[in-house]
Amino acid sequence: MARVVVNVPAEAKKGEVIEIRTLAGHAMETGFRRTQLGELIPRDIIRSLVCTYNGVEVFRAELHPAMAANPLLSFTTVATESGTLEFRWTGDNGFSATEKASIKVV
Amino acid sequence: MALGEIPLSERKSGYEFMSRETRAMQDDAVTGPAVLTLLDGEALWGKLGCAACHTNMKGVAARYPAIVGGKLTTLEQQVRHRNPELAYESRELLALTAFVAKQSRGMPIEVSEIKSHLEAGRAFFHKRQGQLNLACANCHDDNWGKKLAGTPIPQAHPTGYPIYRLEWQSVGSITRRFRNCLTGMRAELLPHGAPELVDLELYLMWRARGMPMEAPAVRP
Repeated sequence: MARVVVNVPAEAKKGEVIEIRTLAGHAMETGFRRTQLGELIPRDIIRSLVCTYNGVEVFRAELHPAMAANPLLSFTTVATESGTLEFRWTGDNGFSATEKASIKVV
Repeated sequence: MALGEIPLSERKSGYEFMSRETRAMQDDAVTGPAVLTLLDGEALWGKLGCAACHTNMKGVAARYPAIVGGKLTTLEQQVRHRNPELAYESRELLALTAFVAKQSRGMPIEVSEIKSHLEAGRAFFHKRQGQLNLACANCHDDNWGKKLAGTPIPQAHPTGYPIYRLEWQSVGSITRRFRNCLTGMRAELLPHGAPELVDLELYLMWRARGMPMEAPAVRP
């Protein structure tokens, strides 16, 4: 099972811009490297991260080769209402990971 | 004290030579790059049943290398005492070691002064070796703070091992770091667990005595 970590403030004021940080454990094999015997190592990367806030998509990223292993993505959104943020990473070889975080908006 | 050794008051952790951005990575306890390794370590700690004997590992990493069963032993070597199948530099061993070392964060380094091993480590540190005829001391005692290939030369205080090194894109042990340096000096590449490197590790930890542990640190 893939390891993912998200950091969302537990509480925010209505209308406040909040920073969200996500970290996913992944080798991000580029597909350009070769073994010592010259064989190409097949690409194995995370292709996308989608974040929804109470079901509404607020952030989407497409990832490509030559990104660092264990990609850390941080982004901001506006705290509109209390609820749940859901994160979904998908990638090559059927890679999939999900995580949830709740936020209280006062 | 040997000539050229850094006075205690002028010692600096590798942290102080890093950029603001790299420091921020080390200080980020939630999404820092070593977080995933720590989570793996915690899971392994439970899976291997370490908690059956060990309840509190606070301060343990700050005391290693130490004599165990009559032999100078590094933290890595001690961590695998019940599970010798954990290979050196394997993800599992590094994760477990990082998990143990993390619990000494902020505590001062305090290794035993084992004279014979300290002297051997000091001698290794000052011995010129390899095709470039360099000693560790040539960089880390005499030229710290200057640049080597665009990067500041630190004082070689092992305050944060195992470290997440950006160049490695992974966590690695102090032995991996030693072997990097030996490669750069074009010297004989000693294997993991070599007694010379264990002595060197003890000497460096003694040299950093009193400095706070940062494990798992982030280094460029």
